[in-house]
Amino acid sequence: MADTAARAPRPAVRAPRPPVRGRSRSRRGASPTAPPRSFRWARRIFLTALTGFVLLPVYVMLSSSLKPLRDVSGVFRWLPSELTVRPYLDIWRTVPLAHYFVNSLIVAGSATVCSVVIAVFAAYAVSRYRFRGRRVFTVTVLSTQMFPGILFLLPLFLLYVNIGNATGVALYGSRGGLVLTYLTFSLPFSIWMLTGYFASVPRELDEAAYVDGCGALGALLRVVVPAAVPGIVAVGVYAFMTAWGEVLFASVMTNDTTRTLSVGLQGYATQNDVYWNQVMAASLVVSVPVVAGFLLLQRYLVAGLTAGAVK
Amino acid sequence: MVRFARLRRAGLPYLLLLPALVVEVLVHLVPMVIGVVMSFRELTQFFLGNWGAAPWKGLGNYRVAVDLNAPVGAALLHSFWVTCVFSVLAVGFCWLLGTAAAVFLQENFRGRGLLRAVFLVPYALPVYAAVITWAFLFQRDSGLVNHVLHDQLHLTGDRPFWLLGDNSFVALLVVAVWKTWPFAFLVVMAALQNIPKDLYEAAALDGAGMLRQLWRITLPSLRPVNQVLVLVLFLWTFNDFNTPYVLFGKAAPEAADLLSVHIYQSSFATWNFGTGSAMSVLLLLFLLVVTAGYLLVTSRGRKYADG
Amino acid sequence: MRILRVAPVSALVAVLAAAVSGCGGGSSPGGGGSNDSPTTLTYWASNQGPNVEADKKVLGPELKKFERQTGIKVKLEVIPWPDLLNRILAATTSGQGPDVLNIGNTWSASLQATGALLPWDEKNFAAIGGRDRFAAPALAATGAAGKDPAAVPLYSLTYALYYNKRMFQDAGISKPPATWGELVAAGKKVSKDGKWGLGAEGGQLANNIHQAFVLGKQHGADFFDAAGKPAFTSDGAVAAVKQYVDFMAKDRIIAPGNAEYGQNQSLRDFATGRTAMVLWQAAATTFAADGMKPSDWGVVPVPVPSGRPGAGRQTNSMLAGINVAVFRNTHNLNGARKFVKFLTSDAEQRLLNKTYGAIPPVKAAQRDPAFDRQDTRVLRRTLTRSAAPLPQIPDEAQFETSVGTAIKDLFADAAAGHPVTTASVRARLARAAQQMAK
Repeated sequence: MADTAARAPRPAVRAPRPPVRGRSRSRRGASPTAPPRSFRWARRIFLTALTGFVLLPVYVMLSSSLKPLRDVSGVFRWLPSELTVRPYLDIWRTVPLAHYFVNSLIVAGSATVCSVVIAVFAAYAVSRYRFRGRRVFTVTVLSTQMFPGILFLLPLFLLYVNIGNATGVALYGSRGGLVLTYLTFSLPFSIWMLTGYFASVPRELDEAAYVDGCGALGALLRVVVPAAVPGIVAVGVYAFMTAWGEVLFASVMTNDTTRTLSVGLQGYATQNDVYWNQVMAASLVVSVPVVAGFLLLQRYLVAGLTAGAVK
Repeated sequence: MVRFARLRRAGLPYLLLLPALVVEVLVHLVPMVIGVVMSFRELTQFFLGNWGAAPWKGLGNYRVAVDLNAPVGAALLHSFWVTCVFSVLAVGFCWLLGTAAAVFLQENFRGRGLLRAVFLVPYALPVYAAVITWAFLFQRDSGLVNHVLHDQLHLTGDRPFWLLGDNSFVALLVVAVWKTWPFAFLVVMAALQNIPKDLYEAAALDGAGMLRQLWRITLPSLRPVNQVLVLVLFLWTFNDFNTPYVLFGKAAPEAADLLSVHIYQSSFATWNFGTGSAMSVLLLLFLLVVTAGYLLVTSRGRKYADG
Repeated sequence: MRILRVAPVSALVAVLAAAVSGCGGGSSPGGGGSNDSPTTLTYWASNQGPNVEADKKVLGPELKKFERQTGIKVKLEVIPWPDLLNRILAATTSGQGPDVLNIGNTWSASLQATGALLPWDEKNFAAIGGRDRFAAPALAATGAAGKDPAAVPLYSLTYALYYNKRMFQDAGISKPPATWGELVAAGKKVSKDGKWGLGAEGGQLANNIHQAFVLGKQHGADFFDAAGKPAFTSDGAVAAVKQYVDFMAKDRIIAPGNAEYGQNQSLRDFATGRTAMVLWQAAATTFAADGMKPSDWGVVPVPVPSGRPGAGRQTNSMLAGINVAVFRNTHNLNGARKFVKFLTSDAEQRLLNKTYGAIPPVKAAQRDPAFDRQDTRVLRRTLTRSAAPLPQIPDEAQFETSVGTAIKDLFADAAAGHPVTTASVRARLARAAQQMAK
């Protein structure tokens, strides 16, 4: 059984790997579609302008985080009058940033794992079975995507409190409650995308697994999931980012010990002053891990979308 | 035994769906129903502590919300229009930028991988970090935007405000597009990889230029993707709370008074959760109608196109 | 057919919803708390110091002291201002909250109306040493008139006029202004070469309200009539708002950029010598943090028409401050009362108010020399002689939002060069008044 996946023919529509440079370059050489000069110039201009637009705030974030406070309170300056790393040392004292960081990591990480697991099961059911209620389920789940958060913020909060009172399971103010909330935010999109992805994994694979004596669950875990790694990584990344940046629910549902970064960062704008250099330094510190992770995994994201959502 | 196995097989899909169903019902559906119930009650600070005792108001909250001659209704309508214009423009720009960038990056060239990574950065940044940086840029006296426009290029006679007055709409739009267009880029880029290369080659052999190929092959192939992409972008921008909230705080300027913040203000800042809920329900109904209509129209269009 | 299939789902939803709404809200109105857990307390403190961490350092040792005295362990949570009201609302709605909490004194009547806070009747007051220990103006900001207070004053603050001595000297101003006419004249002398006379926080709703309220008093206008109905468009109220906005629009002593200030940028402008005056509550620590020495600035009472602050039309400050309240659903009623007694004891009052730059509302504690420095003396005298609380009405939050926003918009008009007239002010205030009506 272990080598079923290896033995099985690679699916024809398998997620295209991110284009390998060498291969497509050689293709282009032979291709009659070499772009004309005018196109290349248009491309150069457009992409340069766009890069400027995209990177401008990132540059400001970086340069401001290295400025002394007086540089960020007067007229804007492109370069720091003197370089200082003080903001990077101060941010940990102004606000318990490390603590919030750990909270965000726990909450976003757990929400991601739960969301992905739940979405894999649901997407498998929707893509592989015809059953009563299938359409209702998909429509309902997708339509939750359009619920305004503001409508169910207070009710959800009440619900958690009442569940807590009735069962003793503390959801309000706990990381668990936040995990539960966040995992549902990414669930509709994840189910929808994975359903598309699983549909592109040929059924012959499942059947081969059945022949090898696996049940449906075995087929899912041993064959379909391995074949769908890019799609799963893609929804994981999406789920993580959704949870990492959320502000509204976190501001009502957390307390001192469970507060997450997105809310905690507001602590730099205190009653008396805004430490812009610290705000920028802290923003950078909390962004680097997600951005790095995202960029590392982006090839999966593209591949996952290619095979799943956009088919 | 056989029957049991069959039962198990019939039950399996439901079993697989169960976790998703439970959390969706718990976190989305039940609270939404409670929210709808709240919208029929007079839920002000006098009843917050014991909202079971809040008097029923029937359609009273709705009447206040849609009474266009009274300030509450008029403000809601204004906010609704602002949100509509904002969403349409934001989705349009996001799609345009995303598609253009994806098309330009379709061909391989040096630095392509790097550019792709760079373009995804705004999407990967946590919302708060990104938007607060923009707020910093848009400050009148110490922001980069005015420094460039006024001090360096001398384009404006006086330093304009970006976070106050009519310009705030532009500021909000810029931030929203900056933050969201990479998603369109990502999706379109993925979709472009599904277009068979031979189509382009055949067209090129027929003598079709770049523009013609774009018009004849690329855009039509993107149609099904666009259907979903545009809908998702629309719902996200329409319901977006984080961006205006971080950019403007609790009281957004009139020109940029998006519904989500408006409703937040109407319920949390003024402690009138009944009216706030009624407004949210109206918003939800609107989105339902738009989505259903959109899907109906686009899938019919698609059917015609396919057939 | 599809509708039929939706039926089971909706039935499930309905059942769950019914189960939930059956539970209803948390607190039962009649309940007065219990003493189920006599050895612990939860305390929500507002953020008074430069940041949350600093507050923990200040309060931590005091809570230890309380624990040594009573054996009650206090769990402290310092809540940043943007979250505080939402957290209190959430606690009120659910009935799950702290035992003791800080509230902004302007929220007293609003929160009183929710019934979530323990009323401070004679018996409860007796447990902390009686009402008479507190300054009367501070007590006036603890709830609606004629009802038992919903909270007890903890830190009190008033406004004063801070001025930059050097800038005044350079402009040839010999005496700090005591009337608005003098203030405008001084401001005009200073306002040139990128320097400005007065700082303002045009984007900060609460601050706008504080200023307009005081000017309203000086024009003999209240923003609410005796029945609690909005009276925003009375001649006095319109004149008050116009006078404040005119500092930018007509007198041009406030920099236009101040229209978007909302995070106390005006204090840094003052500390860095860009503006010569600022109306603020207790700004000494912030100035020091921005590198301004105490000898560089002076402080006088906020101007009044007659030049001599007093009651009525000579009011020159709203009474700002923090109150401490006991959550009605507390599980340690006795402990909570003991803790409030501890916080309002003379010693703690002296220490905490000194640390936070506030004035103790407890009269005995005011006699400490710390409250007789150049700035605190002015603040303390204002507190006892010429400060008035904002209207103590349940709709105070709406008032701050609607009128505060109207003033913010007027500042935006003024900054953009649009004319600000009596008619345009009246129109904005009329709209604000309509928003108050439900």
